[in-house]
Amino acid sequence: MRVALFITCVNDTLFPGTGKAVVSLLRRLGCDVDFPAAQTCCGQMHVNTGYREEGVRLARHFTEVFAGYDAVVAPSGSCAAMVREQYPKLAKPGSRGAAAIAEVAPKVHELSEFLIDVLKVEDVGAYFPHRVTYHPTCHSLRGLRLGDRPTRLLQHVRGLELVPLPGAEECCGFGGTFAVKNPAVSAAMGADKTRNIMDTGAEVLCAADNSCLMHIGGTLSRQKTGVRTMHLAEILASTEEAQ
Amino acid sequence: MSATFLGMPGSFPKNSRKAVQNSQLRFNLRKATHTIRGKRAGVVGELPDWQELRAAGKAIKDHTLRNLDRYLLQLEEAVTRAGGTVHWARDAAEANRIVTDLVKATGETEVVKVKSMATQEIELNQALAAHGITAYETDLAELIVQLGDDFPSHILVPAIHRNRSEIREIFLDKMPHVPPGLTDDPPALAEAARLHLRERFLRSKVAISGANFMVAETGTLVVLESEGNGRMCLSLPETLISVVGIEKLLPSWRDLEVFLQLLPRSSTGERMNPYTSMWTGAVEGQDFHLVLLDNGRTDVLADEVGRQALRCIRCSACLNVCPVYERAGGHAYGSVYPGPIGAILTPQLRGMSSELDASLPFASSLCGACYDVCPVAIDIPEVLVDLRAKAPHAAAEKAGMKVAGWILNDHERLAKAQRAATRARKLVPKRLPGPLSAWTDTRDLPEIPEESFRDWWERNERA
Amino acid sequence: MSAREEILARVRKAVAGAEDVEIPRHYRTNRQGEDLVGLFAERVDDYRAIVHVVPAAEVPGKLDACLGERRMIIPDGFDRAGGWDDVNTADGVVTGCAVAIAETGTIVLDHGPGQGTRAQTLVPDYHLCVVRADQIVAGVPEALARLDPARPLTWISGPSATSDIELNRVEGVHGPRTLEVIIST
Repeated sequence: MRVALFITCVNDTLFPGTGKAVVSLLRRLGCDVDFPAAQTCCGQMHVNTGYREEGVRLARHFTEVFAGYDAVVAPSGSCAAMVREQYPKLAKPGSRGAAAIAEVAPKVHELSEFLIDVLKVEDVGAYFPHRVTYHPTCHSLRGLRLGDRPTRLLQHVRGLELVPLPGAEECCGFGGTFAVKNPAVSAAMGADKTRNIMDTGAEVLCAADNSCLMHIGGTLSRQKTGVRTMHLAEILASTEEAQ
Repeated sequence: MSATFLGMPGSFPKNSRKAVQNSQLRFNLRKATHTIRGKRAGVVGELPDWQELRAAGKAIKDHTLRNLDRYLLQLEEAVTRAGGTVHWARDAAEANRIVTDLVKATGETEVVKVKSMATQEIELNQALAAHGITAYETDLAELIVQLGDDFPSHILVPAIHRNRSEIREIFLDKMPHVPPGLTDDPPALAEAARLHLRERFLRSKVAISGANFMVAETGTLVVLESEGNGRMCLSLPETLISVVGIEKLLPSWRDLEVFLQLLPRSSTGERMNPYTSMWTGAVEGQDFHLVLLDNGRTDVLADEVGRQALRCIRCSACLNVCPVYERAGGHAYGSVYPGPIGAILTPQLRGMSSELDASLPFASSLCGACYDVCPVAIDIPEVLVDLRAKAPHAAAEKAGMKVAGWILNDHERLAKAQRAATRARKLVPKRLPGPLSAWTDTRDLPEIPEESFRDWWERNERA
Repeated sequence: MSAREEILARVRKAVAGAEDVEIPRHYRTNRQGEDLVGLFAERVDDYRAIVHVVPAAEVPGKLDACLGERRMIIPDGFDRAGGWDDVNTADGVVTGCAVAIAETGTIVLDHGPGQGTRAQTLVPDYHLCVVRADQIVAGVPEALARLDPARPLTWISGPSATSDIELNRVEGVHGPRTLEVIIST
C-alpha cells in the first residue's frame, strides 16, 4: 500500500525521530511510504489562536499537497483532528475548497487508526522492555475518538508493562498557544499531570502527540523526575534487534 | 449586598495566576468538581437513551431559536390568558426599572429571591437597593455569597469556592441569631439557614424569581431547585415577579420530557432534583408578572456560530468538568457566567472591548471535555475559536503570527528556517526572554535536533 | 418603538434566512410492563425517604400508624376525617398525588382534591404521601402526558436537600425534612 506521511511541522522541526520511527514501522508492515516534500503545516496554531486567514491559507496548501493519495498517515492526533474535524468548518459550504476538503479529509489517519482500522494489525512485532504509562491527549480522545486503539497496540508490545494513568482523560495543559497565553493555569495542569505520571512508577510516558509530550516532558525534565517521554511511533518501531 | 462584576479590572491570565496560588481554593474546587463529575457520570450512564435525549434537546432549542418571535408571542398570549402580566425589557436598565416599579407599587421595601442567573446578570439587587428595596437571597449558596459580601463563582453553586469551615465562619460572623456552638457539619449549616430564613418566607409579600423553562404553548413557567426556598418564594408571597431570558422558551408542553431528564442529571448529578415547581399565570390568587429579558441575547442570536450558546440550560456540567475552571476558579472569569460557557457567553453578551472580556475566548486549552458533557451539545471549542478570530490581538503577536504563516506557507522557506534553528541550536538559552519566558518559567525546552525530518529524508531517501 | 416590538424585530432580523431543524425524538417513551412499584420504591428510598409497599386494604391501618399523635393537615378530598388547620403549627401533612415516576422516584402533586394547597404541602416539616400503584408511570415522558399544565404542579423527589456545601447532597433545608411514602398495591 502506498502511503503519504504527513509529518506535521512540530515533528518535522523538533522531533524528527518520530518521523523516522513511522517510516521504519510502516515499511516493516509492508507499506510503501512517500513524503510529499511540499507539505508544511495543517494550520491549527493559526486557526486556534484566531488567525483564520493564515490558517485557511495553510489548509488550502495541505489539501493541494495531499490531494492525490489514497491514505495519509500523521503521527499526531491533534493535527489529524484538525484536518478531519476543523477543516470542514473553514470552507464555505458548496465552495471548491469545501469539495477539496471533503475529498482529502477522510483519507487522513492518525497512526494508531491507520494501523488498526486500515492495516488491521494490533501486534506490530515490537519489543520494548519497559514500564510505560499512556496519556491519551485530548484531540485523540475527544476529537478523533481513538478509544483504546493506542493501548491495544501497546499491549501487544513484547516486554512492555503498561500501567494505567490516573486522570488520564484530563488535559495536560498544553493547548497550543494556551501554554503561553495562560501560563499559570497551564503549568498548574501540567503539575497535576506529572504528579499522576509519577504515581504510576512508569519509566516512560507515551502519547500520540509530541506537542503535548513537549509540555509534559518539559515539566518532567524541569522537575528532574527522570521519566522519559516517547511518541507511540517510537515504541512501536522498537524491535529486539534495535535494543 | 453582594459585590458587582461590572467594570472589573484585570484579565483572565492575571486573575487566574492569583487563583492558582490559593491552595485552599484549589483544594475546595478540586474536591467539589471531582465529586460532581462522578455523580453526573453515574446518573447519565444509567440512561440508555442519553444521546437521543441530547440530540432532541439540541434540536428543540435550535428550532425554538429559529422561531423565537412566534413562540414569544404565543407565550405572551398564554400567560396573559391565564391572568399573568407580561413585560418586555430590551436591556438590564429597562428590566431593573420594570421590576423596581412593580415592587414599589406593592408598597413593600423587602423582597425574597429565588436563585436566578438573569437577575444576577442585570444586577437587580443593586438596582433595587438604590431605590431603598432590600432583596434577600434565599438559596443557601446565594445566601453564603450575600452574607460574605462575595462574588458568585459557579452557575449552580455560587459558593463552590467556600468549604464547610469557611461557610461556618461566615454564618457566625454575619448571621443574626446564629445558633451558639454552630459546627461545620453540613446538616447543621443547612439547619442554620432554615432557621434564619423561615420567618422571612412567612411574612414576605413579594418574591422575585427566574425560570429554567417557559412553555410557549401553555404559558407555563418551570423552576427546578433543591432546598424548598424556591417553593417558599413561588407560592407564599402575594406578588411574584419572574425575570426570564427570552431564550428560555420551549415550544410545547411535551418538550419538558426531554429537559426534565437532561437538566437534573447534568446539573446536580441526580436522577431528579428534590423540587420542581410549574405554574401557569396567576395561581391561587397571586399577582404574577413575567419580565422577558433581551439584554444582548438578540445580538448573540444574530451570530451564526455563536448563537448555539443560547441553547444553554445553565446546568454547569461544563464548569464541573473543565480543567481550567477547576484551577482558575469562577472569579477569574469576571462574570456571573464563569467556566467554558461563560467564556463564550460573556464576550458575546458584553462585547470584547475590555481587557478581561477580550481574554475570555483564550481561557481554554480546547480540550473538548465541555462539549462532551453538554446536554444540548453546544460545541464550546468551536465558538471559542470563532471568537478568537474576532478578538483584538496584540501587535507583536500579530506580527509574529504573520511571519510564522509566511514561513509555513512554503516548504522551502520552512526548510531554511529549520536549518537556521539547527545552526543556532547550541545558542538557545534555557530561559527564554520576553513573552516566551511563559514557557520556560516552568518547562524545559526540547533540544533542537541536528537535522529536521525533511532534511533527513532528502539525504537518505531522495538520493 | 415599544420594547416588545423592538425585541421581536431584532429576533426576526437575527434569524432571517436561517434554516429550521427537525426534532428527532428517538428517546424512550410509552414504556410499560416493568416492575414499576418495585423500581419506584427503590428510587424513592435512594433519596433517603421512608417507603412502605402495602396492599390497598391495609393502607388505613398503615396511615394510623404513620400519623400517630401528630398534628396533621388533612386536605379536602383526602379520605379521612379530622386534621389540623394551621400550617405554621402543624407537624405534618398527608396527601395523595397526581402521578408518580418510577425511574426518578418522583411524586407529582397537582394540588387537586386530597393534595392540599402548595403552602400546606410545604410549610410543615413532615409530608406523608399515599401513591396508588396505578398512578406510577415508567418515566418523565409518561408522567407529563398524564398531567394538566393548567394546574400548579409540584414535583417532589425525596426530602428537601441542598448540594450547596461542597457539591454533596445534604437532606433538610426549607421544605419538609421527612418524606414518607405509602405505596398502595
